[in-house]
Amino acid sequence: MCDIDFSSVDWESFRSAQEASAQHDTVRRFYQACKLDPNQPIKKASFVALDFETTGLTPEVHEIISVGMVPFTAGRIQLNDSRSWLVKPRKQLADDSVLIHGITHADLEQAPDLMEVLDDILAVLASKVVVVHFKYIERDFLYHQVQQRLGDELLFPLIDTMAIEAFFHRQQIGAKLKRLLGGKPVSIRLADSRGRYGLPRYPLHSAMTDALATAELLQAQLRHHYDDSRVIGDLWE
Amino acid sequence: MEAEHYEIAEFLGRYPPFDALPQARLEQLATRLEVGYYRSGNDIYKFGDEIHDFCVIRSGAVEIYRRNGKLYNRLSQGDVFGQLGLLMANRVRLPARAMEDSLIYFIPEALFYELCDEYEAFAYFVEIDEQRRLKKTVEEQQQESPLSGARVGSLIARNPVWISVDASIRQAATLMTEEGVSSLLVVSEQYPIDDSEEVHRSLAGILTDRDLRTRVVSQGVDIESSVVEVMTKSPITIDKDTYVFEAMLTMLRCNIHHLPVTSQTRPIGVIAISDIVRFESKSSLYIVSLIHRQQTVEELALVAKDVTSCFVRMVQDNASASMIGSAMSVIGRSFMQRLLELGEERLGPPPVPYCFLSLGSMARDEQLLITDQDNAMALSDDYNPAQHNAYFAELAQFVSDGLDKCGYPYCTGQIMATNPKWRKTVTQWRDCFAQWIDVPDPESLLNSSIFFDLEGVWGKTEWADELSQFIVDRAKNNPIFLASMARNALLRTPPLGFFKGFVMERDGEHRRTINLKRRGTAPLVDLIRVHAFAVGSAARSSFERLEAVMKANLLPEGRARELRDAMEYLTMVRISHQAEDVDEGHAPDNNIEPDKLTDAERRNLKEAFQVLSNGQRFLKFKYPYKRS
Repeated sequence: MCDIDFSSVDWESFRSAQEASAQHDTVRRFYQACKLDPNQPIKKASFVALDFETTGLTPEVHEIISVGMVPFTAGRIQLNDSRSWLVKPRKQLADDSVLIHGITHADLEQAPDLMEVLDDILAVLASKVVVVHFKYIERDFLYHQVQQRLGDELLFPLIDTMAIEAFFHRQQIGAKLKRLLGGKPVSIRLADSRGRYGLPRYPLHSAMTDALATAELLQAQLRHHYDDSRVIGDLWE
Repeated sequence: MEAEHYEIAEFLGRYPPFDALPQARLEQLATRLEVGYYRSGNDIYKFGDEIHDFCVIRSGAVEIYRRNGKLYNRLSQGDVFGQLGLLMANRVRLPARAMEDSLIYFIPEALFYELCDEYEAFAYFVEIDEQRRLKKTVEEQQQESPLSGARVGSLIARNPVWISVDASIRQAATLMTEEGVSSLLVVSEQYPIDDSEEVHRSLAGILTDRDLRTRVVSQGVDIESSVVEVMTKSPITIDKDTYVFEAMLTMLRCNIHHLPVTSQTRPIGVIAISDIVRFESKSSLYIVSLIHRQQTVEELALVAKDVTSCFVRMVQDNASASMIGSAMSVIGRSFMQRLLELGEERLGPPPVPYCFLSLGSMARDEQLLITDQDNAMALSDDYNPAQHNAYFAELAQFVSDGLDKCGYPYCTGQIMATNPKWRKTVTQWRDCFAQWIDVPDPESLLNSSIFFDLEGVWGKTEWADELSQFIVDRAKNNPIFLASMARNALLRTPPLGFFKGFVMERDGEHRRTINLKRRGTAPLVDLIRVHAFAVGSAARSSFERLEAVMKANLLPEGRARELRDAMEYLTMVRISHQAEDVDEGHAPDNNIEPDKLTDAERRNLKEAFQVLSNGQRFLKFKYPYKRS
């Protein structure tokens, strides 16, 4: 039940209901702290870009193995405060996934369990507006892992830079017309989206670099598509 | 350790000043900087804003402005800005605006100062002004050239052989035979009043093998007469600490084969041209000696083919710009001299004395590979057009055709002695120059910039010196002329700099190539000439002119040096570019392509252009134009 859209769900009532029903302290503390105001102007908001690397693509089966978080504002990205963790999956890491993220079995040998670092991760997420590129990875993996391990639902509003990209480059009249005429849809993958804003090409697939890349992409999208009067409630979902 | 921002560290490590930092420092830097995205046209800093970061362009492009809104510089990936503001009380001096969508890395000031303290190379890059960086490059380039290294003193093989002014020619010849030398110093001796002091000998003249042939035997002079009558009196000498190369140039310019070497005016030896040829076997000197031995224009044209490889060799030997410029000029002059000699043999001796003048870069000792002939003739005031014109017209044609065959093509502007307009008597030249100086219209200004760099190459060369002095004396005290020359020197401006494989023009245009002569050295030469005239210097080369300007303290502290370094650097880039062209089998030219430059070369060129640009601004201020 993680198919939720906070552009049509009131966060404050959702949050207080969740806070009341949470079984586990970690989750309850998160809901207690996460008092986001949808009417906060974009330029005053604190964001955090979040990225996971996982053992596969199915949230119900696969697990998170690394977490990257980069806090930022519309103006500046603070690398000094960026954080990252490797976390040890409970199931054996498939050899072919090593090819994708470059994280090896040996790297994970000494890593903590996700539950050991979850408090730290949620402390950061609760104080900021979370930004991801493609919400179905970060939201769904976090949801399923917390539910499997703690039995609670963990859901919160996200800004998805891929959805913003899709909106401006796929759902506008011009883009639709182009596709009707047989044109290929514009790619909204992270690297391709960044290219449209003159952002440099990074070697992707490290949680930290992807989080940074996502933060930069949102900064660029804000500068290009949104004026200062917009509020975070207009962007999140 | 969360060295997760490896990508940023790797990026920074590719560009100065970060390339001087160790990897661990770069990784730390990468975790502590901030990032900001700016849309094209957005201000990054406005004038007077507070600034607390040192900025690096990660992607995109940024324009830096002067306070008055004029464009100062354009920067792209890997370039840095903001250091000036950090070093000046945290206020932005030069506003910055994104000209493309740009991603900027901000390095916090605390870290910036730490890096300045810990790494000299970093501090040097950000703290010093650009001109000092250029100076360092020029100095590094000039290190240890085999040509510039050695000094004349090191070539002296034995004590000088000398004879008193009281000796006879026969005594002198006998001594030369006994000692096995080809030259002899003639000295006057002053005996001390008391015995404790040494005999003081001062140089009175020099006598050579050649003198014995040409002035004694062939003239039938009595060998018992005094040596003083046939020696060369008060010969040119050279100090023992002079560079070998300069000695070589002196001998070439004055066409002498023996040069007495002095230490504090006391003669300590003699060097012969053969000593230098031995010292530097592949030298331009060899070519010069070949030129003077050829008997026909066709033979000269064959020798001319070696000039290019001689040029390339000098570049490979790390010769300085002034060495190469001088050597090429000496070679060009030698072709002229030999052609005039051959011409006179063919047409007979000149009916009235004359002086053949070289103009422009050759006269300034700044000739490079591709250069057309700029020359003229000064004729004796006894010249009678009806009787003599045909001779000089024919001689000029012979020389001009010969030069063309030897790789110095005809001047497209017809500034050649073949043009009757540019064959004048000395008095006519003086009147003409006076007119140009007193009434500086556009045409006379253009002529001034060519004709006022003049040198006598053949005949009555002293006339050329007199004309040069006349020009300087008249120009020096003529503020209107100086102001007009100054304005003329502003017509050609340097490009703003290099930008992503383009040259940025002042008008915002992009160009693929840049003519380094037209946009660099030529306007610099023009600028230096104005200053030189203002201080009354009759020096011909830009470097010598700058020396004079420096001595006269005409420019603010350090500015003349900067101009010197810029001149040296721009010329060297031209020279190396031409040498590369030759190496690759292309016809050499002055057009460089920014694409092919290294980052360091671009930066240095940018700085040299900045020096020129600043110099031009100063020119406007120094020689204000007031309509009378």
